Amino acid sequence: MDRMPGWADALLVPLISLLVAFAISSLVILAIGENPWEAMKLMVTGALGSSYGWGYTLYYATNFIFTGLAVSVAFHAGLFNIGGEGQATLGGLGVALACLFVPWPHWSLALIGAAAMGAAFGALWAALPAWLQARRGSHIVITTIMFNFIAASLLNYVLVNVLRPTGSMDPATARFPAGTNLPGIGDMLTAIGIPFARTTPANISLFVAIGACILVWALIWRTRLGYEIRAFGKSEKAAVYAGISPVRITMLAMLISGALAGLMAINNVMGEAERLVLNSVEGAGFIGIAVALMGRSHPFGVLLAALLFGFLYQGGAELALWTSIPRELITVIQALVILFTGALDNMVRQPVEALFLRARKGAK
Amino acid sequence: MAERQAQGRPEAAALPPAIELRGISKAFGPVQANRDISVRVARGTIHGIVGENGAGKSTLMSILYGFYRADSGEILIGGKPTAIPDSQSAIRAGIGMVFQHFKLVPNFTVLENVILGAEDGPRLRPALAKARRELTRLAEDYELDVDPDALVEDLSVGHQQRVEILKALYRQADILILDEPTGVLTPAEADHLFRILGGLKQQGKTIILITHKLREIMEITDEVSVMRRGEMVATVRTAQTSPEALAELMVGRKVLLRVDKAPAAPGRTVLEVEDLRVRDAHGVERLKGVSLAVRAGEILGIAGVAGNGQSELLEVLGGIARGTGHVRLNGTELDLSGRGCNGRARRAAGIAHVPEDRQHLGLILDFAAWENVAFGYQDAPEYRSGRFFMDNEALRTDCEGKMARFDVRPPIASLEGKSFSGGNQQKLIVAREIERNPDLLLIGQPTRGVDIGAIEFIHKQIVALRDAGKAILLVSVELDEILSLSDRIAVMFDGRIMGLRDPAATNERELGLLMAGVDDTRGAA
Repeated sequence: MDRMPGWADALLVPLISLLVAFAISSLVILAIGENPWEAMKLMVTGALGSSYGWGYTLYYATNFIFTGLAVSVAFHAGLFNIGGEGQATLGGLGVALACLFVPWPHWSLALIGAAAMGAAFGALWAALPAWLQARRGSHIVITTIMFNFIAASLLNYVLVNVLRPTGSMDPATARFPAGTNLPGIGDMLTAIGIPFARTTPANISLFVAIGACILVWALIWRTRLGYEIRAFGKSEKAAVYAGISPVRITMLAMLISGALAGLMAINNVMGEAERLVLNSVEGAGFIGIAVALMGRSHPFGVLLAALLFGFLYQGGAELALWTSIPRELITVIQALVILFTGALDNMVRQPVEALFLRARKGAK
Repeated sequence: MAERQAQGRPEAAALPPAIELRGISKAFGPVQANRDISVRVARGTIHGIVGENGAGKSTLMSILYGFYRADSGEILIGGKPTAIPDSQSAIRAGIGMVFQHFKLVPNFTVLENVILGAEDGPRLRPALAKARRELTRLAEDYELDVDPDALVEDLSVGHQQRVEILKALYRQADILILDEPTGVLTPAEADHLFRILGGLKQQGKTIILITHKLREIMEITDEVSVMRRGEMVATVRTAQTSPEALAELMVGRKVLLRVDKAPAAPGRTVLEVEDLRVRDAHGVERLKGVSLAVRAGEILGIAGVAGNGQSELLEVLGGIARGTGHVRLNGTELDLSGRGCNGRARRAAGIAHVPEDRQHLGLILDFAAWENVAFGYQDAPEYRSGRFFMDNEALRTDCEGKMARFDVRPPIASLEGKSFSGGNQQKLIVAREIERNPDLLLIGQPTRGVDIGAIEFIHKQIVALRDAGKAILLVSVELDEILSLSDRIAVMFDGRIMGLRDPAATNERELGLLMAGVDDTRGAA
């Protein structure tokens, strides 16, 4: 077979892309008169050098796992769901309603209830663009983008006019009741004797996210629905030949995708803020696209890519805090990573592949 | 014919060959597509190249036309070593190529298509005027008459092909390569093409004809080269060989060119079609009231030039397209336009469908072979494990069984669909559909792009299914295939059935007329 081995394809190529992205970032840092080596060191120690740093890195990663999985499931069906941002926003609303208006006896039940509501609201927000695509042929890229704006406006209205506690000047809900507070990673690890900073936002949602990775893997590669989703994503014409209904697959794939994006709210809304504020998603819906691209729509790849982006987020925040490197530069570094791992993938892939083939030819 | 061949010969011996290939080798990864190929094509002759799919014909021609670069070897044009790094150099060296799939802009006129890429400057007018003069001359010289101002999309396939030839000649091609030129033509159009080629040869042009139709090779070539597994196994004078000998050279063993089958023993009517009409996405009626019946234990062959409604017929029967009219299977009315019109319902009713376009319909090219054996039957209980899960182990086992029984090569269930050759992809699909033991098998272009050895195998399977008492609706643009497989033949033209014929009592000429829409025996059907 004229192809490189799987490990090179899945790990080596992204790694080289990453190195190239970091190399160019170093030049940029150099250009504004800072020491790139020191900057990298600061990012690594800030994000991974302490349990505090890890706590934030894992918190961000949890968000990105959910949105990355959401984009991946839709990708498998050949659908480009850019609406993760809006679906996660609506998921936040669902989670807030569940936490505020149901007297939960225990956080574990609250988690199940809030997760169900978050997923349902996210799914609902994806269902409308899905229906418009399946029945009316409105392109899903356009509609999901527009639904992001509608979601933001809707949340604005609901927070200002409906859920804002009387007398409060802040467009946010009241604090959730204490019974809905999720255990943090720090609490859990300390309880079993591993010292870990207890003030970080990483919480039990991380394990829900890892569970979601396993479920999505099983869905895509083990179930009949996953088979039909992949077949439809590869070729709609062939799917119709095989008796697979395009309407059904478009709806189901987008519902699952939206539910995964909505599920993110148990991390950022329920686990971290413990109330619903404006713009609580903070762009995680869009980062999900990059995560899915880099993770090649495989749940395990999504997990790794989410960790990387979690590291970039946390390391970037540290950099802005301790150096004169402006916050915007972090966005530049993130953009370079996305550019090289996502869009310019072939720039690295082809030479590496050629190298492997030549090496194999030489060995024969 | 013999006279024409004699004329081409004498001066050819004196001049250096138009093309000489010396030791051409080309590998794609570990696959040796061409191995040490040497051949000489004499000037002013028609040289045929035959070989099974994957034998390396296309690779060799792509090297000659500058799409690929050979790993080693030498190309001599008119005796001079010539490097052909890209197609521009090929054109400069006087090589013209007519592809199997035309490379024309449908909404441009013939003239515009001819000058496309050869405009000679920023202004179109002089180039158009020059092309018009040139086209008039070529039309007179070679029977290549095409209206220069017609839009290409309005032309018949045969005329579009002439535009391709005109494009090559306009670029001063001395050597014309034609890749499977008759695949899309009616017999009459093919005859016309051969007359054109004969005329070109007499003017001293050299023609390389790539085809898998041995009859055409015998009819118009002077010499023929046979390729097998990347090697040139023989180059012989056409007059001194026979179709059987060529087939044996291509495959490497003796092949049966005729289908061996007993007379049909038709039983009850399985499929009844009445006044079936189908409109395409643009609202154009593609089936204009088709009625036919297929009985158990018979093969009804649908002959016709591609694009006359055969595809739509298969699609509506297979549940892919919607239509109006009546279709009954074993006496039960099928849903042609409602929710019950889908592939799933058709399979449940007992219809299996080997689609015409195996790469885009029949298989998911990125799926492994074992995933493809369930394609369309993903609901079947034996492939499932519980309500939601697929039984991947069962799929793999089933795939390995099918690969063994249908001689799919290589027999590796984990290989992706796109890694198999056309013939082996088709065997995989045929295995999948035939082993469901359907009451009715729809089969479109069963052997298009399939090598001779596999054709023989697939034909045998179709006949075996017939002998098991099943009804078979066969659609093929290959008249030979229709004639040798069918128990009855229906000819389609412009969305209608032009007539029914008994294969024993008809011939290619009669079918060819019907295919062209000439119904000179009205009422005989």
